[in-house]
Amino acid sequence: MKKLLVLMVFILSCVNVFAQKSAQTDMADAMRSSGKIYVVIATISIIFVGLAIFLFSIDRRLKKIEKEN
Amino acid sequence: MKVIYQTWWKVLAVLLVLSTLTTGLLFRVPVLPILHETIRNLYFHVPMWIGMLSVFIISVFYSVKYLNTGKEEYDLAAVECVNTGLFFYSLGLITGMLWAKFTWGEFWSGDPKQNSAAIAFLLYCAYLVLRNSIDEEQKRAKISAIYNIFAFPIMVVLIFVLPRMTDSLHPGSGGNPAFGKYDLDNGMKIAFYPAMLGWSLMAVWIATIRYRIRLIEYKKNSIN
Repeated sequence: MKKLLVLMVFILSCVNVFAQKSAQTDMADAMRSSGKIYVVIATISIIFVGLAIFLFSIDRRLKKIEKEN
Repeated sequence: MKVIYQTWWKVLAVLLVLSTLTTGLLFRVPVLPILHETIRNLYFHVPMWIGMLSVFIISVFYSVKYLNTGKEEYDLAAVECVNTGLFFYSLGLITGMLWAKFTWGEFWSGDPKQNSAAIAFLLYCAYLVLRNSIDEEQKRAKISAIYNIFAFPIMVVLIFVLPRMTDSLHPGSGGNPAFGKYDLDNGMKIAFYPAMLGWSLMAVWIATIRYRIRLIEYKKNSIN
């Protein structure tokens, strides 16, 4: 559990970079403020979390079968 | 081998990839002509190849171990690593083709990088064909282990060395800068390195699941 906590801190430590408003680039910055890019992030995150849960469940089932053998 | 049954590195893999899904899409990237926002593909296309490389390296490791000890489990580990590696190989090729369509103009433009990647793909497909063509278990394990050990360096040369020595559209070739040299600024590294590590661990995870299934099948078959 401690390991996981340290891990979370490590990963969250880069969140503060959000605070930096990007320099004057005319890429998709407007997209990001009003263009709902967060929806895309949410979508792919949901897909990936789903896949991860799926993988974990396969892992768990395998563990059960391995114990039976 | 105990580590493949532990959970912490699987959680790490998921968290790392999850973080790059956000950082990869949101963080500032260098403004480059032609590439535009597709530069963000770097966080998803390259890690496929790194994931492939990780499981192929593990596969060679177990092939060597098999030849040393003759333990059947090592052969199973090697082949399942190659199976998983080929899956990530395909993903890398397909994402690369898609990226090429919108930056180089064609899905497949006969670029040295693409061509040698295709050859190396066939090289590894031949490994599976070779395996399936031999019925006797020990012979199959031994021959495919040797083949695997030779295939790996040839794959590395084909994909990572030869295209860099000629003119290729792919970054890192013929005076064409790789992202790492000029374009990959520190902002991108925050998303890029976790992506490489995360996807590598994902590939290893899938390989271990396949290996464990294979092991159960193997044990079932050897009892009967």
